[in-house]
Amino acid sequence: MTAADFVGHLLVGIARLITGAQGHWKGCPPKAEQRIYFANHQSHLDWVLIWASLPADLRAVTRPIAARDYWTSSPLKHWITREVFRAVYVDRERSEANADPLAPLIDALEKGDSLVIFPEGTRSNKGLPQAFKSGLFHLARQFPAVQLIPAWVDNVQRVMPKGEVVPVPILCTVTFGAPCNLTEGEAKADFLTRARDAVVACRPGGPAC
Amino acid sequence: MLMAWLKSLDAREQVALLFVILFGVLLLASAATLLASVRDRADDEAERFKNFRRDLRAVWISATVFWLAWMSGPLGATLLFAGFSFLALREFVTLTQTRRGDHRSLMLAFFVVLPLQYTLVGLRGFDLFTVFIPVYVFLAIPVLSALAGDPTRFLERNAKIQWGVMVCVYGLSHAPALLLLEFPHVKGRGAFLVFFLVFVTATAQIAQEAISRQLRRRPVARHIDRSFSLRVWLWANLLAGLVGGLLFWITPFKLPQAMVMAFIAGAAGTLGEFVMRALKADAGIDYWGNRSSVTGAVGLLDRLAPLCFAAPVFFHSVRWYFQLRPGL
Repeated sequence: MTAADFVGHLLVGIARLITGAQGHWKGCPPKAEQRIYFANHQSHLDWVLIWASLPADLRAVTRPIAARDYWTSSPLKHWITREVFRAVYVDRERSEANADPLAPLIDALEKGDSLVIFPEGTRSNKGLPQAFKSGLFHLARQFPAVQLIPAWVDNVQRVMPKGEVVPVPILCTVTFGAPCNLTEGEAKADFLTRARDAVVACRPGGPAC
Repeated sequence: MLMAWLKSLDAREQVALLFVILFGVLLLASAATLLASVRDRADDEAERFKNFRRDLRAVWISATVFWLAWMSGPLGATLLFAGFSFLALREFVTLTQTRRGDHRSLMLAFFVVLPLQYTLVGLRGFDLFTVFIPVYVFLAIPVLSALAGDPTRFLERNAKIQWGVMVCVYGLSHAPALLLLEFPHVKGRGAFLVFFLVFVTATAQIAQEAISRQLRRRPVARHIDRSFSLRVWLWANLLAGLVGGLLFWITPFKLPQAMVMAFIAGAAGTLGEFVMRALKADAGIDYWGNRSSVTGAVGLLDRLAPLCFAAPVFFHSVRWYFQLRPGL
Protein backbone atom coordinates (compact mmCIF):
# COMPACT_ATOMS: atom_id res chain seq x y z
CA MET A 1 0.00 0.00 0.00
CA THR A 2 1.42 3.35 -0.97
CA ALA A 3 1.40 6.37 1.31
CA ALA A 4 -1.29 7.94 -0.86
CA ASP A 5 -3.54 4.89 -0.50
CA PHE A 6 -3.01 4.89 3.21
CA VAL A 7 -3.86 8.58 3.58
CA GLY A 8 -6.88 8.00 1.36
CA HIS A 9 -8.15 5.21 3.60
CA LEU A 10 -7.41 7.31 6.66
CA LEU A 11 -9.39 10.27 5.30
CA VAL A 12 -12.33 8.05 4.41
CA GLY A 13 -12.18 6.52 7.89
CA ILE A 14 -12.18 9.91 9.57
CA ALA A 15 -15.01 11.15 7.37
CA ARG A 16 -17.07 8.06 8.27
CA LEU A 17 -16.31 8.45 11.97
CA ILE A 18 -17.24 12.12 12.06
CA THR A 19 -20.18 12.21 9.66
CA GLY A 20 -21.21 8.65 8.89
CA ALA A 21 -20.82 9.63 5.20
CA GLN A 22 -23.84 7.62 4.14
CA GLY A 23 -24.59 7.50 0.46
CA HIS A 24 -28.26 7.11 -0.42
CA TRP A 25 -28.61 5.94 -3.99
CA LYS A 26 -32.17 6.99 -4.73
CA GLY A 27 -32.14 7.67 -8.45
CA CYS A 28 -29.37 5.38 -9.68
CA PRO A 29 -27.30 2.43 -8.50
CA PRO A 30 -23.64 2.92 -7.50
CA LYS A 31 -22.22 1.53 -10.75
CA ALA A 32 -18.68 1.94 -11.99
CA GLU A 33 -19.53 3.70 -15.25
CA GLN A 34 -18.34 7.08 -16.37
CA ARG A 35 -20.27 9.81 -14.61
CA ILE A 36 -20.24 13.47 -13.71
CA TYR A 37 -21.63 14.02 -10.24
CA PHE A 38 -22.79 17.57 -9.59
CA ALA A 39 -23.76 18.72 -6.11
CA ASN A 40 -24.57 21.64 -3.85
CA HIS A 41 -21.55 23.28 -2.26
CA GLN A 42 -21.67 24.44 1.36
CA SER A 43 -18.36 23.51 2.87
CA HIS A 44 -14.80 22.39 2.14
CA LEU A 45 -15.82 18.96 3.36
CA ASP A 46 -18.32 18.42 0.54
CA TRP A 47 -15.84 16.70 -1.74
CA VAL A 48 -14.42 14.45 0.98
CA LEU A 49 -17.92 13.46 2.00
CA ILE A 50 -19.04 12.56 -1.53
CA TRP A 51 -15.80 10.69 -2.05
CA ALA A 52 -16.15 8.78 1.23
CA SER A 53 -19.75 7.83 0.48
CA LEU A 54 -18.77 6.19 -2.83
CA PRO A 55 -17.91 2.47 -2.86
CA ALA A 56 -14.17 1.83 -3.16
CA ASP A 57 -14.22 0.88 -6.85
CA LEU A 58 -16.03 4.08 -7.76
CA ARG A 59 -13.75 6.11 -5.55
CA ALA A 60 -10.75 4.98 -7.56
CA VAL A 61 -12.07 6.48 -10.80
CA THR A 62 -13.77 9.60 -9.45
CA ARG A 63 -11.80 12.84 -9.35
CA PRO A 64 -12.46 16.31 -7.92
CA ILE A 65 -11.71 19.68 -9.47
CA ALA A 66 -9.21 21.84 -7.60
CA ALA A 67 -8.16 25.45 -8.11
CA ARG A 68 -4.53 25.29 -9.16
CA ASP A 69 -3.33 28.44 -7.40
CA TYR A 70 -4.73 27.39 -3.99
CA TRP A 71 -4.19 23.64 -4.00
CA THR A 72 -0.63 23.73 -5.29
CA SER A 73 0.48 26.54 -2.99
CA SER A 74 2.07 24.25 -0.40
CA PRO A 75 3.75 20.85 -0.86
CA LEU A 76 1.21 19.14 1.43
CA LYS A 77 -1.86 20.54 -0.33
CA HIS A 78 -0.31 19.70 -3.66
CA TRP A 79 0.55 16.16 -2.58
CA ILE A 80 -2.91 15.43 -1.15
CA THR A 81 -4.79 16.73 -4.16
CA ARG A 82 -2.40 15.16 -6.68
CA GLU A 83 -1.64 11.78 -5.12
CA VAL A 84 -4.62 11.01 -2.88
CA PHE A 85 -7.54 12.62 -4.70
CA ARG A 86 -6.00 12.71 -8.22
CA ALA A 87 -7.56 16.13 -8.57
CA VAL A 88 -8.05 17.84 -11.91
CA TYR A 89 -6.43 21.27 -11.61
CA VAL A 90 -8.08 24.25 -13.20
CA ASP A 91 -6.85 27.84 -13.46
CA ARG A 92 -9.09 30.42 -11.95
CA GLU A 93 -7.34 33.17 -13.93
CA ARG A 94 -7.18 32.61 -17.64
CA SER A 95 -3.57 32.75 -18.76
CA GLU A 96 -4.41 33.30 -22.43
CA ALA A 97 -7.49 34.95 -23.74
CA ASN A 98 -8.48 31.98 -25.91
CA ALA A 99 -7.65 29.14 -23.55
CA ASP A 100 -10.63 26.94 -22.66
CA PRO A 101 -10.95 26.81 -18.86
CA LEU A 102 -12.69 23.43 -19.21
CA ALA A 103 -9.78 21.85 -21.10
CA PRO A 104 -8.39 19.89 -18.11
CA LEU A 105 -11.87 18.51 -17.36
CA ILE A 106 -12.38 17.48 -20.97
CA ASP A 107 -9.00 15.83 -20.84
CA ALA A 108 -9.95 13.81 -17.77
CA LEU A 109 -13.30 12.77 -19.24
CA GLU A 110 -11.62 11.65 -22.46
CA LYS A 111 -9.41 9.40 -20.35
CA GLY A 112 -12.56 7.78 -18.96
CA ASP A 113 -12.49 9.22 -15.45
CA SER A 114 -15.58 10.33 -13.52
CA LEU A 115 -15.73 13.84 -12.07
CA VAL A 116 -17.38 15.59 -9.15
CA ILE A 117 -18.20 19.21 -9.81
CA PHE A 118 -19.90 21.94 -7.83
CA PRO A 119 -21.60 24.03 -10.52
CA GLU A 120 -22.35 26.92 -8.17
CA GLY A 121 -18.68 27.81 -8.42
CA THR A 122 -18.50 28.97 -4.82
CA ARG A 123 -19.69 27.86 -1.41
CA SER A 124 -23.09 29.06 -0.31
CA ASN A 125 -24.63 28.73 3.12
CA LYS A 126 -28.08 30.07 2.43
CA GLY A 127 -29.75 26.69 2.24
CA LEU A 128 -30.67 26.44 -1.42
CA PRO A 129 -27.92 26.46 -4.04
CA GLN A 130 -27.19 29.52 -6.16
CA ALA A 131 -27.66 29.56 -9.92
CA PHE A 132 -25.43 27.08 -11.74
CA LYS A 133 -22.55 28.19 -13.92
CA SER A 134 -22.49 27.09 -17.53
CA GLY A 135 -19.53 24.69 -17.36
CA LEU A 136 -21.86 21.77 -16.63
CA PHE A 137 -23.83 22.51 -19.80
CA HIS A 138 -20.72 22.53 -21.99
CA LEU A 139 -19.53 19.24 -20.55
CA ALA A 140 -22.98 17.71 -20.99
CA ARG A 141 -23.02 18.76 -24.64
CA GLN A 142 -19.54 17.47 -25.40
CA PHE A 143 -19.95 14.16 -23.58
CA PRO A 144 -23.53 12.98 -24.12
CA ALA A 145 -22.56 9.40 -23.20
CA VAL A 146 -21.41 10.36 -19.71
CA GLN A 147 -24.18 10.16 -17.10
CA LEU A 148 -24.90 13.33 -15.18
CA ILE A 149 -25.86 12.48 -11.60
CA PRO A 150 -27.27 15.15 -9.29
CA ALA A 151 -26.36 14.84 -5.61
CA TRP A 152 -27.33 16.64 -2.43
CA VAL A 153 -24.91 16.82 0.48
CA ASP A 154 -26.90 17.30 3.67
CA ASN A 155 -25.93 18.64 7.09
CA VAL A 156 -22.28 19.40 6.33
CA GLN A 157 -22.52 23.05 7.25
CA ARG A 158 -23.26 21.94 10.82
CA VAL A 159 -20.15 19.77 10.98
CA MET A 160 -17.76 22.59 10.26
CA PRO A 161 -19.24 26.10 10.11
CA LYS A 162 -17.26 28.83 8.39
CA GLY A 163 -14.30 29.94 10.46
CA GLU A 164 -14.02 26.77 12.55
CA VAL A 165 -11.20 24.29 12.02
CA VAL A 166 -12.25 21.32 14.15
CA PRO A 167 -15.22 19.35 12.81
CA VAL A 168 -17.94 18.24 15.22
CA PRO A 169 -19.39 14.75 14.75
CA ILE A 170 -22.80 15.04 13.14
CA LEU A 171 -24.30 12.54 10.72
CA CYS A 172 -24.38 13.64 7.09
CA THR A 173 -25.86 12.04 4.02
CA VAL A 174 -25.19 12.26 0.32
CA THR A 175 -28.27 11.56 -1.77
CA PHE A 176 -27.72 10.64 -5.40
CA GLY A 177 -30.58 11.33 -7.79
CA ALA A 178 -31.66 10.02 -11.18
CA PRO A 179 -29.43 10.87 -14.17
CA CYS A 180 -30.17 14.31 -15.59
CA ASN A 181 -28.73 14.43 -19.11
CA LEU A 182 -29.07 17.10 -21.76
CA THR A 183 -32.06 16.52 -24.01
CA GLU A 184 -32.09 17.11 -27.73
CA GLY A 185 -31.88 20.84 -28.48
CA GLU A 186 -32.31 21.97 -24.87
CA ALA A 187 -31.28 25.57 -24.25
CA LYS A 188 -28.47 26.36 -21.85
CA ALA A 189 -30.54 28.32 -19.32
CA ASP A 190 -33.27 25.64 -19.29
CA PHE A 191 -30.78 22.86 -18.73
CA LEU A 192 -28.99 24.68 -15.91
CA THR A 193 -32.28 25.40 -14.13
CA ARG A 194 -33.36 21.79 -14.56
CA ALA A 195 -30.02 20.54 -13.23
CA ARG A 196 -30.28 22.82 -10.21
CA ASP A 197 -33.82 21.60 -9.54
CA ALA A 198 -32.60 18.01 -9.78
CA VAL A 199 -30.03 18.70 -7.08
CA VAL A 200 -32.60 20.37 -4.83
CA ALA A 201 -34.99 17.45 -5.40
CA CYS A 202 -32.44 15.10 -3.81
CA ARG A 203 -32.71 16.92 -0.54
CA PRO A 204 -33.87 14.49 2.18
CA GLY A 205 -37.41 15.19 3.27
CA GLY A 206 -38.21 16.65 -0.14
CA PRO A 207 -40.07 14.79 -2.89
CA ALA A 208 -38.45 11.59 -4.10
CA CYS A 209 -36.14 12.05 -7.02
CA MET B 1 -28.47 -29.97 43.86
CA LEU B 2 -28.23 -27.83 40.70
CA MET B 3 -27.76 -24.77 42.84
CA ALA B 4 -25.03 -26.47 44.82
CA TRP B 5 -23.24 -27.33 41.60
CA LEU B 6 -23.57 -23.77 40.33
CA LYS B 7 -22.22 -22.39 43.57
CA SER B 8 -19.27 -24.76 43.40
CA LEU B 9 -18.04 -23.23 40.12
CA ASP B 10 -15.64 -20.32 40.34
CA ALA B 11 -16.51 -16.91 38.92
CA ARG B 12 -14.89 -17.52 35.54
CA GLU B 13 -16.60 -20.82 34.98
CA GLN B 14 -19.93 -19.36 35.94
CA VAL B 15 -19.50 -16.55 33.40
CA ALA B 16 -18.52 -19.04 30.72
CA LEU B 17 -21.61 -21.11 31.49
CA LEU B 18 -23.68 -17.99 31.27
CA PHE B 19 -22.48 -17.27 27.75
CA VAL B 20 -23.02 -20.84 26.63
CA ILE B 21 -26.64 -20.66 27.85
CA LEU B 22 -27.21 -17.17 26.45
CA PHE B 23 -25.90 -17.85 22.97
CA GLY B 24 -27.53 -21.26 22.97
CA VAL B 25 -30.94 -19.76 23.62
CA LEU B 26 -30.35 -17.06 21.01
CA LEU B 27 -29.28 -19.63 18.44
CA LEU B 28 -32.41 -21.67 19.09
CA ALA B 29 -34.61 -18.58 18.80
CA SER B 30 -32.94 -17.52 15.56
CA ALA B 31 -33.18 -21.02 14.10
CA ALA B 32 -36.88 -21.11 15.00
CA THR B 33 -37.56 -17.74 13.36
CA LEU B 34 -35.59 -18.77 10.30
CA LEU B 35 -37.82 -21.83 9.92
CA ALA B 36 -40.92 -19.78 10.62
CA SER B 37 -39.95 -17.15 8.05
CA VAL B 38 -40.64 -19.58 5.21
CA ARG B 39 -44.37 -19.54 5.93
CA ASP B 40 -46.73 -17.07 4.26
CA ARG B 41 -48.44 -14.56 6.50
CA ALA B 42 -51.24 -12.05 6.51
CA ASP B 43 -50.16 -8.43 6.52
CA ASP B 44 -50.58 -7.60 10.20
CA GLU B 45 -49.05 -10.88 11.27
CA ALA B 46 -46.13 -10.31 8.91
CA GLU B 47 -45.63 -6.91 10.51
CA ARG B 48 -45.56 -8.45 13.98
CA PHE B 49 -43.13 -11.09 12.83
CA LYS B 50 -40.88 -8.41 11.37
CA ASN B 51 -40.93 -6.53 14.66
CA PHE B 52 -40.05 -9.67 16.51
CA ARG B 53 -37.08 -10.33 14.29
CA ARG B 54 -35.97 -6.76 14.85
CA ASP B 55 -36.13 -7.28 18.60
CA LEU B 56 -34.25 -10.53 18.34
CA ARG B 57 -31.55 -8.80 16.34
CA ALA B 58 -31.29 -6.15 19.05
CA VAL B 59 -30.82 -8.86 21.66
CA TRP B 60 -28.11 -10.48 19.55
CA ILE B 61 -26.35 -7.15 19.35
CA SER B 62 -26.52 -6.56 23.10
CA ALA B 63 -25.36 -10.11 23.82
CA THR B 64 -22.38 -9.77 21.51
CA VAL B 65 -21.49 -6.39 22.95
CA PHE B 66 -21.60 -7.79 26.41
CA TRP B 67 -19.48 -10.75 25.44
CA LEU B 68 -16.90 -8.44 23.86
CA ALA B 69 -16.91 -6.28 26.98
CA TRP B 70 -16.23 -9.29 29.14
CA MET B 71 -13.58 -10.76 26.85
CA SER B 72 -11.64 -7.55 26.53
CA GLY B 73 -11.29 -6.83 30.24
CA PRO B 74 -11.62 -3.45 31.97
CA LEU B 75 -9.69 -1.43 29.40
CA GLY B 76 -11.48 -3.02 26.47
CA ALA B 77 -14.88 -2.60 28.08
CA THR B 78 -14.22 1.05 28.78
CA LEU B 79 -13.08 1.71 25.22
CA LEU B 80 -15.99 -0.26 23.79
CA PHE B 81 -18.59 1.70 25.71
CA ALA B 82 -16.77 4.96 24.98
CA GLY B 83 -17.17 4.11 21.31
CA PHE B 84 -20.87 3.48 21.77
CA SER B 85 -21.23 6.74 23.65
CA PHE B 86 -19.58 8.56 20.80
CA LEU B 87 -21.91 7.04 18.21
CA ALA B 88 -24.99 7.64 20.37
CA LEU B 89 -24.08 11.25 21.05
CA ARG B 90 -23.33 11.83 17.38
CA GLU B 91 -26.79 10.55 16.55
CA PHE B 92 -28.41 12.62 19.29
CA VAL B 93 -26.71 15.84 18.18
CA THR B 94 -27.76 15.16 14.59
CA LEU B 95 -31.39 15.12 15.69
CA THR B 96 -31.29 18.35 17.68
CA GLN B 97 -31.15 21.65 15.92
CA THR B 98 -27.78 23.12 16.82
CA ARG B 99 -26.61 26.53 15.73
CA ARG B 100 -23.21 27.90 14.82
CA GLY B 101 -22.74 29.22 18.35
CA ASP B 102 -22.95 25.68 19.70
CA HIS B 103 -19.86 24.55 17.88
CA ARG B 104 -17.45 25.05 20.74
CA SER B 105 -19.82 23.44 23.26
CA LEU B 106 -20.15 20.43 21.01
CA MET B 107 -16.40 20.20 20.61
CA LEU B 108 -16.15 20.19 24.38
CA ALA B 109 -18.76 17.47 24.68
CA PHE B 110 -17.21 15.17 22.08
CA PHE B 111 -13.50 15.70 22.48
CA VAL B 112 -13.09 16.60 26.14
CA VAL B 113 -16.04 15.45 28.24
CA LEU B 114 -16.49 12.04 26.64
CA PRO B 115 -12.83 10.92 26.85
CA LEU B 116 -12.46 12.33 30.35
CA GLN B 117 -15.56 10.61 31.66
CA TYR B 118 -14.38 7.24 30.36
CA THR B 119 -10.86 7.85 31.64
CA LEU B 120 -12.40 8.35 35.05
CA VAL B 121 -14.25 5.06 34.67
CA GLY B 122 -11.07 3.27 33.62
CA LEU B 123 -9.15 4.70 36.54
CA ARG B 124 -11.98 3.80 38.92
CA GLY B 125 -12.30 7.44 40.00
CA PHE B 126 -15.90 6.93 41.05
CA ASP B 127 -15.92 10.05 43.22
CA LEU B 128 -15.30 12.45 40.38
CA PHE B 129 -17.01 10.17 37.85
CA THR B 130 -20.38 10.68 39.55
CA VAL B 131 -20.19 14.49 39.70
CA PHE B 132 -18.02 15.42 36.73
CA ILE B 133 -20.84 15.84 34.20
CA PRO B 134 -23.74 16.94 36.45
CA VAL B 135 -21.62 19.58 38.19
CA TYR B 136 -18.63 20.75 36.16
CA VAL B 137 -19.77 20.13 32.60
CA PHE B 138 -23.18 21.54 33.49
CA LEU B 139 -21.42 24.84 34.13
CA ALA B 140 -18.83 24.64 31.35
CA ILE B 141 -21.21 24.12 28.43
CA PRO B 142 -23.32 27.27 28.91
CA VAL B 143 -20.19 29.33 29.59
CA LEU B 144 -18.65 28.29 26.28
CA SER B 145 -21.97 28.86 24.59
CA ALA B 146 -22.30 32.35 26.06
CA LEU B 147 -18.76 33.18 24.97
CA ALA B 148 -19.83 32.34 21.41
CA GLY B 149 -22.14 35.35 21.66
CA ASP B 150 -25.37 33.98 20.26
CA PRO B 151 -28.35 34.59 22.60
CA THR B 152 -30.96 33.00 20.31
CA ARG B 153 -32.81 30.21 22.16
CA PHE B 154 -29.90 30.11 24.57
CA LEU B 155 -31.43 28.04 27.35
CA GLU B 156 -33.02 25.61 24.92
CA ARG B 157 -29.81 24.92 23.02
CA ASN B 158 -27.74 24.42 26.14
CA ALA B 159 -30.36 22.26 27.76
CA LYS B 160 -30.35 20.01 24.71
CA ILE B 161 -26.61 19.57 24.67
CA GLN B 162 -26.45 18.99 28.42
CA TRP B 163 -29.25 16.46 28.20
CA GLY B 164 -27.58 14.63 25.34
CA VAL B 165 -24.33 14.44 27.29
CA MET B 166 -26.19 13.21 30.36
CA VAL B 167 -27.95 10.42 28.50
CA CYS B 168 -25.35 9.34 25.96
CA VAL B 169 -22.15 9.82 27.97
CA TYR B 170 -23.00 9.94 31.65
CA GLY B 171 -25.73 7.32 31.52
CA LEU B 172 -23.93 4.83 29.34
CA SER B 173 -20.61 5.20 31.18
CA HIS B 174 -22.25 3.53 34.16
CA ALA B 175 -22.31 0.22 32.31
CA PRO B 176 -18.50 -0.23 32.24
CA ALA B 177 -18.38 1.31 35.71
CA LEU B 178 -20.38 -1.68 36.92
CA LEU B 179 -17.70 -3.96 35.53
CA LEU B 180 -15.04 -2.13 37.48
CA LEU B 181 -16.87 -1.62 40.73
CA GLU B 182 -15.35 -4.02 43.24
CA PHE B 183 -17.72 -5.34 45.85
CA PRO B 184 -16.35 -6.35 49.21
CA HIS B 185 -17.35 -10.00 49.04
CA VAL B 186 -17.62 -10.77 45.36
CA LYS B 187 -14.45 -9.97 43.49
CA GLY B 188 -14.33 -10.07 39.72
CA ARG B 189 -18.05 -10.46 39.29
CA GLY B 190 -18.84 -7.11 37.71
CA ALA B 191 -19.49 -8.94 34.43
CA PHE B 192 -22.45 -10.67 36.06
CA LEU B 193 -23.95 -7.37 37.04
CA VAL B 194 -23.60 -5.93 33.54
CA PHE B 195 -25.12 -9.08 32.12
CA PHE B 196 -27.91 -8.95 34.66
CA LEU B 197 -28.57 -5.33 33.78
CA VAL B 198 -28.52 -5.82 30.02
CA PHE B 199 -30.60 -8.97 30.24
CA VAL B 200 -33.38 -7.61 32.43
CA THR B 201 -33.64 -4.32 30.52
CA ALA B 202 -33.87 -6.24 27.26
CA THR B 203 -36.46 -8.56 28.81
CA ALA B 204 -38.54 -5.64 30.04
CA GLN B 205 -38.35 -3.98 26.63
CA ILE B 206 -39.35 -7.06 24.67
CA ALA B 207 -42.01 -8.05 27.22
CA GLN B 208 -43.51 -4.59 26.99
CA GLU B 209 -43.77 -4.83 23.25
CA ALA B 210 -45.15 -8.36 23.33
CA ILE B 211 -47.70 -7.65 26.06
CA SER B 212 -48.89 -4.42 24.45
CA ARG B 213 -49.75 -6.43 21.33
CA GLN B 214 -51.88 -8.85 23.33
CA LEU B 215 -53.37 -6.52 25.87
CA ARG B 216 -54.87 -3.46 24.20
CA ARG B 217 -55.18 -0.69 26.75
CA ARG B 218 -55.93 2.97 26.45
CA PRO B 219 -52.55 4.63 25.85
CA VAL B 220 -51.56 7.22 28.47
CA ALA B 221 -49.93 9.50 25.95
CA ARG B 222 -51.19 8.71 22.50
CA HIS B 223 -49.21 11.43 20.76
CA ILE B 224 -45.97 9.94 22.01
CA ASP B 225 -46.55 6.24 21.98
CA ARG B 226 -49.74 4.54 20.85
CA SER B 227 -49.06 1.38 22.82
CA PHE B 228 -47.64 2.63 26.10
CA SER B 229 -50.00 2.10 29.01
CA LEU B 230 -49.27 1.90 32.70
CA ARG B 231 -50.72 -1.57 33.13
CA VAL B 232 -48.66 -3.01 30.28
CA TRP B 233 -45.62 -1.28 31.67
CA LEU B 234 -46.21 -2.75 35.10
CA TRP B 235 -46.71 -6.27 33.77
CA ALA B 236 -43.61 -6.07 31.61
CA ASN B 237 -41.46 -4.99 34.52
CA LEU B 238 -42.93 -7.54 36.89
CA LEU B 239 -41.92 -10.10 34.31
CA ALA B 240 -38.45 -8.55 34.18
CA GLY B 241 -38.35 -8.81 37.97
CA LEU B 242 -39.27 -12.48 37.73
CA VAL B 243 -36.55 -13.14 35.16
CA GLY B 244 -34.14 -11.25 37.41
CA GLY B 245 -35.18 -13.55 40.23
CA LEU B 246 -34.35 -16.57 38.06
CA LEU B 247 -30.89 -15.13 37.55
CA PHE B 248 -30.26 -14.35 41.17
CA TRP B 249 -27.52 -16.97 41.44
CA ILE B 250 -25.21 -14.96 39.17
CA THR B 251 -25.61 -11.78 41.19
CA PRO B 252 -24.40 -10.82 44.65
CA PHE B 253 -28.08 -10.43 45.66
CA LYS B 254 -30.49 -12.72 47.44
CA LEU B 255 -33.63 -13.81 45.59
CA PRO B 256 -36.03 -11.00 46.67
CA GLN B 257 -33.37 -8.34 46.25
CA ALA B 258 -32.52 -9.62 42.78
CA MET B 259 -36.19 -9.32 41.81
CA VAL B 260 -36.41 -5.77 43.11
CA MET B 261 -33.19 -4.79 41.37
CA ALA B 262 -34.41 -6.30 38.10
CA PHE B 263 -37.69 -4.44 38.46
CA ILE B 264 -35.86 -1.16 39.05
CA ALA B 265 -33.54 -1.66 36.09
CA GLY B 266 -36.36 -2.77 33.80
CA ALA B 267 -38.55 0.12 34.87
CA ALA B 268 -35.79 2.68 34.31
CA GLY B 269 -35.04 1.19 30.92
CA THR B 270 -38.60 1.08 29.62
CA LEU B 271 -39.34 4.57 30.91
CA GLY B 272 -36.14 5.75 29.26
CA GLU B 273 -37.30 4.25 26.00
CA PHE B 274 -40.63 6.01 26.42
CA VAL B 275 -38.84 9.33 26.92
CA MET B 276 -36.79 8.70 23.79
CA ARG B 277 -40.01 8.13 21.86
CA ALA B 278 -41.15 11.58 22.91
CA LEU B 279 -37.89 12.95 21.63
CA LYS B 280 -38.29 11.13 18.33
CA ALA B 281 -41.84 12.35 17.95
CA ASP B 282 -40.56 15.87 18.45
CA ALA B 283 -37.82 15.39 15.86
CA GLY B 284 -40.43 14.01 13.44
CA ILE B 285 -39.03 10.49 13.21
CA ASP B 286 -41.08 7.35 13.84
CA TYR B 287 -38.35 4.83 13.90
CA TRP B 288 -34.62 5.34 13.96
CA GLY B 289 -33.81 2.27 12.00
CA ASN B 290 -31.58 2.20 9.00
CA ARG B 291 -34.02 3.74 6.58
CA SER B 292 -33.08 6.87 4.78
CA SER B 293 -34.56 9.20 7.34
CA VAL B 294 -34.07 12.91 7.55
CA THR B 295 -30.73 12.56 9.20
CA GLY B 296 -29.64 9.18 7.97
CA ALA B 297 -29.41 8.22 11.63
CA VAL B 298 -28.31 4.64 11.99
CA GLY B 299 -30.61 3.72 14.87
CA LEU B 300 -28.00 2.85 17.46
CA LEU B 301 -29.39 5.34 19.94
CA ASP B 302 -32.68 3.46 19.75
CA ARG B 303 -31.05 0.29 21.00
CA LEU B 304 -28.90 1.97 23.60
CA ALA B 305 -31.52 4.29 25.09
CA PRO B 306 -32.92 1.81 27.66
CA LEU B 307 -29.41 1.00 28.82
CA CYS B 308 -28.47 4.70 29.04
CA PHE B 309 -31.30 5.25 31.49
CA ALA B 310 -31.17 1.97 33.36
CA ALA B 311 -27.40 1.86 33.95
CA PRO B 312 -27.02 4.87 36.29
CA VAL B 313 -30.13 3.98 38.28
CA PHE B 314 -29.01 0.40 38.64
CA PHE B 315 -25.42 1.40 39.42
CA HIS B 316 -26.43 3.60 42.32
CA SER B 317 -29.03 1.16 43.60
CA VAL B 318 -26.33 -1.50 43.75
CA ARG B 319 -23.96 0.82 45.52
CA TRP B 320 -26.54 1.72 48.10
CA TYR B 321 -27.48 -1.89 48.52
CA PHE B 322 -23.91 -2.66 49.50
CA GLN B 323 -23.53 0.57 51.41
CA LEU B 324 -20.49 1.22 49.34
CA ARG B 325 -18.60 4.40 49.90
CA PRO B 326 -17.36 5.90 46.67
CA GLY B 327 -13.86 4.75 45.84
CA LEU B 328 -13.72 2.03 48.44
